[in-house]
Amino acid sequence: MASSEDTVTGSRSIAAGETRGDWRDRARRFSKSDFVRSFPYWFIPFSIMGLGVYGGIGWNTLISLTDYEGFQPPDFTDLDFSMYVQALQDPSVILVTKNTFVLMVAFTTITMILGLFLAIVLDRGIRYREKIQTIYLLPMALSFVVTAQFWLWMYNINNGLVNAVIGLFGLGPYNWIGNPDLVLGAVVFALIWQFSGYAMVVFLAGLQSLPDDQFEAARIDGASTFKTYWRVIIPQLKSSSVSAAVILVIFALKAFTFLYSMFGQYRVPRATDILATLMVREAFQLQNWAFSAAIATILLVMSLAVIAPYLYYQYKQGSL
Amino acid sequence: MSNATNSRAESIARVLPALDYSKIAIYLLVMTFAAFFISPIWTGLVTAFKTTGAVTATTPFLPPGPDGFTLQKWTTAIEYLSTGMTNSLLMSFPATIASVTLGSTAAYGLTLVDWHKRTQFAVLVLFMFGIFIPYQAVLVPLSDFWINMVGVDGLVGPVLGGLPFFTERHSRLFAVTVTHVVYGIPICMLLFRGYYVALSDELIEAAKIDGASITSIYRRIVLPLSKPMFGVVFIYQFTMIWNEFLFSLTLIGSSASPAATVTLVLSGLGSDLTGVDFGLRMAGAFVAALPTLIIYVLFAEQFAKGLASDN
Repeated sequence: MASSEDTVTGSRSIAAGETRGDWRDRARRFSKSDFVRSFPYWFIPFSIMGLGVYGGIGWNTLISLTDYEGFQPPDFTDLDFSMYVQALQDPSVILVTKNTFVLMVAFTTITMILGLFLAIVLDRGIRYREKIQTIYLLPMALSFVVTAQFWLWMYNINNGLVNAVIGLFGLGPYNWIGNPDLVLGAVVFALIWQFSGYAMVVFLAGLQSLPDDQFEAARIDGASTFKTYWRVIIPQLKSSSVSAAVILVIFALKAFTFLYSMFGQYRVPRATDILATLMVREAFQLQNWAFSAAIATILLVMSLAVIAPYLYYQYKQGSL
Repeated sequence: MSNATNSRAESIARVLPALDYSKIAIYLLVMTFAAFFISPIWTGLVTAFKTTGAVTATTPFLPPGPDGFTLQKWTTAIEYLSTGMTNSLLMSFPATIASVTLGSTAAYGLTLVDWHKRTQFAVLVLFMFGIFIPYQAVLVPLSDFWINMVGVDGLVGPVLGGLPFFTERHSRLFAVTVTHVVYGIPICMLLFRGYYVALSDELIEAAKIDGASITSIYRRIVLPLSKPMFGVVFIYQFTMIWNEFLFSLTLIGSSASPAATVTLVLSGLGSDLTGVDFGLRMAGAFVAALPTLIIYVLFAEQFAKGLASDN
């Protein structure tokens, strides 16, 4: 009897030992798995970034629901959408939104067209192509603070180069910065100057990935150069176009530095006031934290409306 | 006679074999655009060498004459911007190194190791959104975090206060540095990811079969192979951080602050009640852009590569 009990306990302990061993083995295998071993590699950067980006967005949304302003700490017990209501009813916010769209559409369209044009020109077997590309891309390596200084001088009413050049054609001089009808166009032109080299690089990469024989085939069919580009080459640059357009639109939405630096203050001329400048001014000059957080959320939603379809498109293309 | 003209035309044709009008038109076009892109920079450069009188009296894009030439604007600008330059260097190098390193490890963990495809993809998408979101959407929490919650003004002072020229205001510079690391990670991750996806699997598969661990694969294979990409990402990210202005403005606040970065100082340079001193401004703009210009001249190709894969 005693012995049989012994065997029972014995066998039980063996079974327990087995499961424990199994569990340990599994834990060891898990700890050696690719998931655990690669965890620190991606999770540390991911959590830092996630806290900054998504934590920041969440917190910003929370602040936008309060009435936080001035130097008092925000009151999180009384949450409502009053700031959004205020923003949507404010005529100056509506004007600023309109400016944002005008800047975004004009800047993106013209930069894309110019970038594509330059890419096609440089793709036609130009000598010293790399050198020329370097010159075209140079503005992109400069800070907006720096380029804003250059353009402020270019647009100077008495001594600026722009007025000197159009003076050759008997035009001007115009007060590019001071005239509310001209200042937005002047800013857009300067931004096109800075970004068209970038658009060109994106399109050039697209052009160079196309096989050469298409051009030959179109030529044999008797198509003119213009027609070949218009009908055959440009339609294949859809992916490059989408990428360039998204980057440019997102940039136009958040353009702040150039405007601030050009005018040297938070309060930029009304005609160039966009959501991005309004948001920073409301927060850091006027301490209307909750109101500016609401503007920031509107800006974020506008950006997401561009980014989300873009990422989905990239995913569908299999290039994500 | 007609014979003679013919032969002359022929000889000219021989000298200029490929003289065709569309080629000439294209080169003219290329040069015109080169002038378009260079002219604001060139005009700024010559203006920086002009005396205040010569700035208004001479044609903007022509170099100054001997009586209108001065280096004084440059010395003033360097004097003005030297603290800002030091601050920007102190901020840009650690911020770039940290975000590039973290970007590389993140890309490694998400591309070259397969642990769960769907989760990896979800993490990747979250990173991608992090690249594109406008920073305005996090500015209010950021300044709230650093200034009210962390109390950054009192944080670094006691620890690093013993260092020369390190005042308590420089703790704001620390805040800007950390902020740049956080928001720089996603773009660095994306740049490295593009490179790692294109990397040949063979070496890594072979190493896995040999029983190499995730860490040793990264250290022995991936790191050495991604040296050129480290160059590209470093150049790109350094330029971006050096040129950045919004975080400096909102976290440091004033161009008069001893912690102000060079872009922040430049934004307040050369303007007073009498108007804008354009010579000084232009000189200042070049001094502030100098590191990025040097990098660009030396590594234009890498910079273009970084830009082109940034989408």
